[in-house]
Amino acid sequence: MMQPLEAAVAVVGLEVSRGGRRVLHGLDFGVARGRITGLLGPSGCGKTTLMRAIVGVQIVQSGDVRVLGEPAGSPFVRARVGYVTQAPAVYQDLSARENLRYFARVLGAPAARVGETLEKVQLADRADRPVRNLSGGQRARVSLATALLGEPDVLVLDEPTVGLDPVLRENLWRTFHGLAERGVTLFVSSHVMDEAGRCDHLLLMRDGRLLADLTPAELRERTGEDDMEQAFLRLIEREGTSA
Amino acid sequence: MTAAATAATALRVLTQLRRDPRTVALLLLVPALLVTLLRFVFDGQQETFDRLGGPLIGLFPFITMFLVTSITMLRERTGGTLERLMSMPVGKLDLLTGYGIAFATVAAAQAGLTAAVAFLLLGLDVGGSPAAVVTLAIGNAVLGMSLGLFVSVFASSEFQAVQFMPTFVFPQLLLCGLFVARDQMAGALEAISDALPLTYAFDALDRVASGGDFGGRGWLDVAVIVGVTLLALGLGALTLRRRTP
Repeated sequence: MMQPLEAAVAVVGLEVSRGGRRVLHGLDFGVARGRITGLLGPSGCGKTTLMRAIVGVQIVQSGDVRVLGEPAGSPFVRARVGYVTQAPAVYQDLSARENLRYFARVLGAPAARVGETLEKVQLADRADRPVRNLSGGQRARVSLATALLGEPDVLVLDEPTVGLDPVLRENLWRTFHGLAERGVTLFVSSHVMDEAGRCDHLLLMRDGRLLADLTPAELRERTGEDDMEQAFLRLIEREGTSA
Repeated sequence: MTAAATAATALRVLTQLRRDPRTVALLLLVPALLVTLLRFVFDGQQETFDRLGGPLIGLFPFITMFLVTSITMLRERTGGTLERLMSMPVGKLDLLTGYGIAFATVAAAQAGLTAAVAFLLLGLDVGGSPAAVVTLAIGNAVLGMSLGLFVSVFASSEFQAVQFMPTFVFPQLLLCGLFVARDQMAGALEAISDALPLTYAFDALDRVASGGDFGGRGWLDVAVIVGVTLLALGLGALTLRRRTP
């Protein structure tokens, strides 16, 4: 059931080195269309590098990354992928509205979408303050709004809920599920294991390798743990003994 | 790629500047104050002021735009916004041209104000037309911008970017002929100055200021300024990598 006809993201033999150190050791996986795939693993395991490779801003040593059937980073793909970096990549001295207006023009999105998107991330009432004066969570939402502007088919989100309060996190996840229902493919990284349960599918990563490619239910079943954090630890344990 | 992205970028850069009124004030007022200072340093030596004033109005924008651009570009790189833009369907030349338009606008305001103070209040008298001085000033600003853009890739912090000013700009100022005529320098230095763009920027300004014949050499100067600007912009576009390590 999790094998889609055509994967939104297809990665084959991906190897990446940064600063002379191998960060990704030959990854192979697919990301199903219209679903939320969670990329989970401890910090420093290569999640961000993998996401950068998928949006086409990472120099890769070998392997093939295709998004919507085209090479990652090609002009066709860049117009259809939204990327939210871990640190909010927006202009701090401009307001949320000014940031969105700029990126909307660059993307060729209609001007009306600026207001709509601000509503979607619940920032309409703070849209005219400089981003610098917003809280961390609000800044993160400005960054997310920027990625939503182009109505992308694939949304790559690097730790979008870090440092957010529980209510906001709940809201964001509701937004993500709403997007997935409308057919958007979401690829979301997190190092907080309890977010794994909110995903349709999971990729568990450690030290630049994939430990598992399964659904949350399969993870629970395989490890006999209900708690995602415990399940992940159990998986690592097994990996350690089998190696 | 698209005029819309270029215009949006120029507008965005100008809006960012407007959010920082102190920087705008410094950009606009400091050159005017320095020209005023120069006028009274050479108090009673109107001839010296006339000789140096014109070229200085034309060279200030080069210096300030070099610095402002390298810092702005560095921020764009380190703040992640460049990476975001590179993951979008935007052309590199759209971005660079947008920057160019924004900073040329600022340079026009800066040179216009400085020239107004110098010509109207301080009685600066150049042989040629003040409009030609301002036009060359704007050209030099775009030259400074394109060089600043190019060298910003070699800076990984704002401290380094600031140090590029004495590294890249001061030697050119010393060798361009402003302080000492180039034919009076050590032979090796004169040869080096032949290869530095500011030499040509100064020569064109000096020709206008002295009121002599602009002539073929003057137009060669202009061609060098335009050529180096395009070359630096091209190199700058090459250093704007979509993919980074």
